[in-house]
Amino acid sequence: MTTSNASKRAIMALSHVDIHYGSFQAVQDISLPMYEHHVTAFIGPSGCGKSTVLRSLNRMNDMIPGSRIQGSVTFDGDELYGPNVDPVLVRRQIGMVFQKPNPFPKSIYENIAWGARINGYRGDFDELVEQSLVQAALWDEVKDKLKQNALRLSGGQQQRLCIARAIAISPQVILMDEPASALDPIATGRIEELILELKERYSIVIVTHNMGQASRVSDYTAFFMVDEHRTGYLQEYAETEQLFLNPKHRKTEEYISGKFG
Amino acid sequence: MNNMHTFLRFGDASERAHHIDKRRRSGLVWHALFISATALAVLFLMLLLVSVIDSVFGYAALQNEVEPSQLIPGARSVSDFSRDELESVAEKHLSAGILRRVQYENPLSERSDADLTRLIEQYIVKPRVLRTWGLWDSLVNKDVSLAFVEANEQSYLVFRNWLSPAFLVADQSADPLKAGIRTAFLGSLWIILITFLVAFPIGVGAAIYLEEYALDTRLNRMLQLNIFNLSAVPSIIYGLLGLALFVRALEPLTSGAIFSGVVDNTANGRTILSGGLTLGLLVLPIIIINTQEALKAVPDTLRMSAYGVGATQWQTIWYHVLPASVDRILTGTILALSRALGETAPLVVIGASTFISVDPSNIFSKFTTLPIQIYQWSARPQGAYRNIAAAAIVALLILLLVMNSTAITIRNRLARKKRLAS
Repeated sequence: MTTSNASKRAIMALSHVDIHYGSFQAVQDISLPMYEHHVTAFIGPSGCGKSTVLRSLNRMNDMIPGSRIQGSVTFDGDELYGPNVDPVLVRRQIGMVFQKPNPFPKSIYENIAWGARINGYRGDFDELVEQSLVQAALWDEVKDKLKQNALRLSGGQQQRLCIARAIAISPQVILMDEPASALDPIATGRIEELILELKERYSIVIVTHNMGQASRVSDYTAFFMVDEHRTGYLQEYAETEQLFLNPKHRKTEEYISGKFG
Repeated sequence: MNNMHTFLRFGDASERAHHIDKRRRSGLVWHALFISATALAVLFLMLLLVSVIDSVFGYAALQNEVEPSQLIPGARSVSDFSRDELESVAEKHLSAGILRRVQYENPLSERSDADLTRLIEQYIVKPRVLRTWGLWDSLVNKDVSLAFVEANEQSYLVFRNWLSPAFLVADQSADPLKAGIRTAFLGSLWIILITFLVAFPIGVGAAIYLEEYALDTRLNRMLQLNIFNLSAVPSIIYGLLGLALFVRALEPLTSGAIFSGVVDNTANGRTILSGGLTLGLLVLPIIIINTQEALKAVPDTLRMSAYGVGATQWQTIWYHVLPASVDRILTGTILALSRALGETAPLVVIGASTFISVDPSNIFSKFTTLPIQIYQWSARPQGAYRNIAAAAIVALLILLLVMNSTAITIRNRLARKKRLAS
């Protein structure tokens, strides 16, 4: 977990970000970096806006009518919300895994090949499918039934398929919105192992409700809180070890020790 | 202690037993009410079917203008005639004009026995319906029918199935024994085809726009409200719109006059095209609403997962949203078309023909449809028309039943494919 001295380049960064839904301010003044080939975890009580911040990282909030963002979100040094930025291209480079496993109601093979195909992939699809499934630690379980409908897999397998699907278009960053919250402990353990393997190749940002999970998989942790107007703010951001063992704020300490949340 | 206190407030054992009895009883009363509501609905439907079926079968008292025995001594009906007798009777008794026309179409000697029998019955024997009885009377009160035949010189009793294959393929006629629904059936099919071609692409397109693209603005909300209102507008008002717009204002188009190919046309815009367009307008809001409901039922997570791998909005709609909703869209469309198939009022208003015996051949033809035909027959006073109206009703019901079961089959098949569970 102490990778702080390795090459530390912020692949993404938030700077003074406010997000509104209509007249409601969801989060206020968020600033934090996300380092390349590291795992950044967002934790905090319900309604603190951590998922909102996560979705702003690949412009998923654009889908929600009335959402507005102020401040700066950068990806590889470029403004993510710049005037000439195509959100479709953003999502192609910054993949996403959702809370509930949501494979396409198609074959396992097609789940992975489709994203690559619509993005103009010109290589060998069989190879791509195999590589992606191997990386997502799912290949051995499904290699004999690639034509089978993905919805017949178990929940944990479906979630790893969704990770394989995200990997298949070679993104640089993978966003995960509570990827294990709908899974049983064994499947959760698998996903956590997988995250640790994946950070060799990708930069990962994960939202989680599970303190243990954050401490096991992440290198950096951002703790969000919610104020009396139900607006979320960043309470504390630090290396995970430091935040869990030696939190600076009383709120952080209370939250990670389970006093509220 | 506090807990105990609250517990006692629910009463002792006998009070609780009494209370649950009361609750159960009121549940039973509602249960019984719901059962009787269902039973009543079923009863009414059965009554409808029984009354229609009752008119489709039954005795008819017929009277011939010329008795077969007068043509060939000893013969009781035309079917007793031998081949030679058929030919000679036809040659001798057909009027000169009809004989010439018949010979010109196909010489007597080359016609089949059945064909000659039909000719002789139609032009020489000329049976006429005196009275008809329903199935129930025919089975239970046969003596009434027999007494009627006794009382009427030269009349005889036959048991008729008014919904015979001949009824389905015959064209319209003033004689209920010869009339059929072919013209009306073809008219209905043509109209439905036009309605589908107009309403389906426009309706689905509008629904996709409203559901997937349109922002939640005041204008769009008003649009949505008006579509709901339009779906509740009485159909006769669509008829008035169709009359003003398609029959009158767009007459050169709907009568085919601007297309050089169609010259001989007396429909003046009261064509299949006008009728189909009018019914298209009628079902358009229904198709839009059905399709919107179908699109709403597609979970947002599916859209999100497509966007998540870098799909554009159109790719998301085309590859995921539409395949996931196509079953509901098609079901809704077929049900909307079933409604159009049964519509009478708007077509009467735009001036559908009530009596034509020429099959519609293109979209600029005059037309009549099954419901119009039924309406027209049931308005006639003579009893036999009631029987053929009932027969046409059964034919229409069967057609609707086929369409609706197709809708259900499509939905089940596509839904199963979508789930793909084992």
